[in-house]
Amino acid sequence: MNFRMKLGGALLAAALSTTAFHGAFAADDTIKIGVLHSLSGTMAISETTLKDAMLMLIEEQNKKGGVLGKKLEAVVVDPASDWPLFAEKARQLISQDKVAAVFGCWTSSSRKSVLPVFEELNSILFYPVQYEGEESSRNIFYTGAAPNQQAIPAVDYLAATEGVERWVLAGTDYVYPQTTNKILKAYLMSKGVKEEDIMVNYTPFGHSDWQTIVSDIKKFGSAGKKTAVVSTINGDANVPFYKELGNQGIKAEDIPVVAFSVGEEELAGLDTKPLVGHLAAWNYFQSVDAPVNAEFIKTWHAYTKNDKRVTNDPMEAAYIGFNAWVKAVEAAGTTDTDAVLDSIIGVAVPNLSGGTSTVMPNHHITKPVLIGEIQADGQFDIVQETPAVVGDEWSDYLPDSKDLISDWRKPMSCGNFNVATGKCGGKGS
Amino acid sequence: MLIRLFSMIFLFLCFAASSFAQGPDPKPLLNQLADANFSQAETLVGQIATIGDPRVVPALEAFAEGDLYFRKSDKAVFLAKAAGSQLELIDPVTGESAGQVAKGAVTKIRVNNNLRRAIRAALGGLTLMSPDRGVRLSAADSILRSPSAEALELVEAALAKETDAEVKARMEEARAVSLLSSDRSVDEKRAAIETISSLGGREAMRIFSTVSSSIDESLKPEVDKAIAKIQGQLQIWDLAQNVWYGMSLGSVLLLAAIGLAITFGVMGIINMAHGEMVMLGAYSTFMVQDVIRDNAPYLFDWSLAIALPVAFLVTGLVGFVIERGVIRFLYGRPLETLLATWGVSLILQQAIRTIFGPTNQEVGNPSWMSGSFPLGGMTITYNRMWIIVFSLTIFFTLLFVMKKTAYGLNMRAVTQNRRMASSMGIRTPWVDALTFALGSGIAGIAGVALSQIDNVSPNLGQSYIIDSFMVVVFGGVGNLWGTLVGALSLGILNKFLEPSVGAVLGKILVLVLIILFIQKRPRGLFALKGRAVEA
Repeated sequence: MNFRMKLGGALLAAALSTTAFHGAFAADDTIKIGVLHSLSGTMAISETTLKDAMLMLIEEQNKKGGVLGKKLEAVVVDPASDWPLFAEKARQLISQDKVAAVFGCWTSSSRKSVLPVFEELNSILFYPVQYEGEESSRNIFYTGAAPNQQAIPAVDYLAATEGVERWVLAGTDYVYPQTTNKILKAYLMSKGVKEEDIMVNYTPFGHSDWQTIVSDIKKFGSAGKKTAVVSTINGDANVPFYKELGNQGIKAEDIPVVAFSVGEEELAGLDTKPLVGHLAAWNYFQSVDAPVNAEFIKTWHAYTKNDKRVTNDPMEAAYIGFNAWVKAVEAAGTTDTDAVLDSIIGVAVPNLSGGTSTVMPNHHITKPVLIGEIQADGQFDIVQETPAVVGDEWSDYLPDSKDLISDWRKPMSCGNFNVATGKCGGKGS
Repeated sequence: MLIRLFSMIFLFLCFAASSFAQGPDPKPLLNQLADANFSQAETLVGQIATIGDPRVVPALEAFAEGDLYFRKSDKAVFLAKAAGSQLELIDPVTGESAGQVAKGAVTKIRVNNNLRRAIRAALGGLTLMSPDRGVRLSAADSILRSPSAEALELVEAALAKETDAEVKARMEEARAVSLLSSDRSVDEKRAAIETISSLGGREAMRIFSTVSSSIDESLKPEVDKAIAKIQGQLQIWDLAQNVWYGMSLGSVLLLAAIGLAITFGVMGIINMAHGEMVMLGAYSTFMVQDVIRDNAPYLFDWSLAIALPVAFLVTGLVGFVIERGVIRFLYGRPLETLLATWGVSLILQQAIRTIFGPTNQEVGNPSWMSGSFPLGGMTITYNRMWIIVFSLTIFFTLLFVMKKTAYGLNMRAVTQNRRMASSMGIRTPWVDALTFALGSGIAGIAGVALSQIDNVSPNLGQSYIIDSFMVVVFGGVGNLWGTLVGALSLGILNKFLEPSVGAVLGKILVLVLIILFIQKRPRGLFALKGRAVEA
């Protein structure tokens, strides 16, 4: 598999680097923006949509006259779902194509792979996907949800509204579910849930045989206490998981599943009738009733020439990140990295749920948390909405990061300041 | 709060049931749903059920399904059915049509899981006396699933009139469950424990563990004994279940590998594009379903049967073209074949990605492939069951073709001794092309089955290619029986490891075991013997 994927990546990379959208002939009166999303390989399923969304946002901005009187120009590269290739492509975008900022990455592995490149070459990355937290870089803006903007409110909802006392934490075996589940477990235990009422289960990427696990969940749920599943199962593995749930007759009224990686896009490949009532927690749903969202959906359908294409949460995060960058560049009067890094903190832009999102000094943003129930038409019905929450990069529930804060304003300018020792530097340095 | 409410409902219901008197009109209460939040709606559902008017059953059912709307102009509540681009409104009590409106003129009344539970409980009480046997059965079921002391008298009233044996048995169970949480005498409860204990299975386990903390001290030993007994039974069923899951996983492996058993096993071509053939088969299913959805929705249950020949022909043709266009120039050069077929696999993937987009396509399950049925202490899902049947059917058909037909004879002759076969007048290039097409076609029909349990995306094939090679190599190259035994034993091994060590480690352990096994027996489980192998 590995050999195959690597070779595949290398071949595609070779093919693409000769044909890629280099923009070498671009004139000086454009500002270049890098789009770093996988268009082939396993992550293409999720990331291609974000590439389309970025191209749409750039086109819309150009219709409004661009930025600083210059047109924006997208430089699209394909890192082919290959983590080391992400770093190479990022380097190429920054040093060869001289892009002003990069929008991209999906998996945490790819973000960790490009992080040193952005710090070394001093450029800016906007990262639009929900992630596990425990990171704050001077050069990265995290516009997706941190665990306290998604996982913890979802668990609170289940405990308060549905009276859940027993928890299955099921995830794919990699960094995001592992860290999120660690945080959730610590959080639940701090709320008085006993160790034996929590079951943690990991599966490989692309797991397709869920029979054993679903029947384990059933078994765990028959102990007389209300049980729920908190799913951090990633991408493709969700379809067979939900199919098995539906077939084994686990209804949302009996054992609800709340998912953090399942949105409109993932449900598109699924008959959702047996899944009605299962939940997802995001900061945005396509079904949000707000004029700005209706406008966004209309533009998206017009851009893709397909009125069945759905919108999803990472698209909203990309939308917020892009608009914040535009506003910061206009405030700074330049696309120079240091100037933009200074001017972007405190910038507030409208989000798609009808409120505003502000870029905080810890390079995370504020946004509301929405809990939605899956409907028969593949959309979500919003059953709860919180006020805007500030993304918390260092979790308060993990012993080695609860004393850390991040503040990239001068004079602190530190991503991992330890309030207990009063020194900059700690975990992640 | 709910409990108090239900006591109200049920007291009232008993009264209503005896005289079948018309209570007050439920319509004003239904109309209040328009403005209610979730918890108010729960209260209202209780009140509506209290009236005991069976005419509200369709409205409550529609509410749970999310088909209840209110008109924006006057906040009147209606059931709504799609009628073209408009919605047809239906009176919630009388069931009469109230004309059609544009979708914008009404608002859906929202429902959450708590509300669905409340509606389920209310419906259970309302439909116990229904003339329809199936409805009574599901009413008893819903009381069984959400028992309350208040439902007891209702169930007993219904039980007295019940004549159908199966429904009666289910009601007895529902009565026993409700009795445990009521304040009836210890003796009655003891009998109830007996009834539930004979019901057995996971459901009884759940009921006992729910009540075990609150039950009368004197009954505790009996509950504990019942729990221990059920646990013992469940352990045996768990074993059976693991074997079944293992066979199911094995059948999926068999499906994925069986085409490869021909192209790699019999012909010796390292075909890296095998997974893509499976993927093409799944996309053929998608195309067939798409056409059926648009043109002949009544044929949907037959879509898989129609997709089978389509997928076989499409992938067989693609296989034929690949063999004629690429592979035939590379016989005897395994490394080049590997690289070339792998290139083909990338081309096919990207082609599908360009045509259909990178996202998953929805392939529906026909009704006979959805759901499950209980068998003793285990649950058997229809889709897995049919896939086991299907994979075995393909296997034995293929075995028949290979062993009993002239074409199979030619094929074996060519692979065992090409020059001799050629001298005998067999057109060996033609046999090669057809054999490769057959292997690809079978991969294609495997794709039809796999589309029922996995994602239909351009990456579908990638997730099966390694497993397929593993099965063929483990079972013994060139031996169909080896593929069958290899697939089933890998499946069962995997499923026995999974509960104890987890899915991730289980997979690793299986791989390690295979590596060790291949060290010991490089030719796999069933090695071919004879000079042909050595050549």
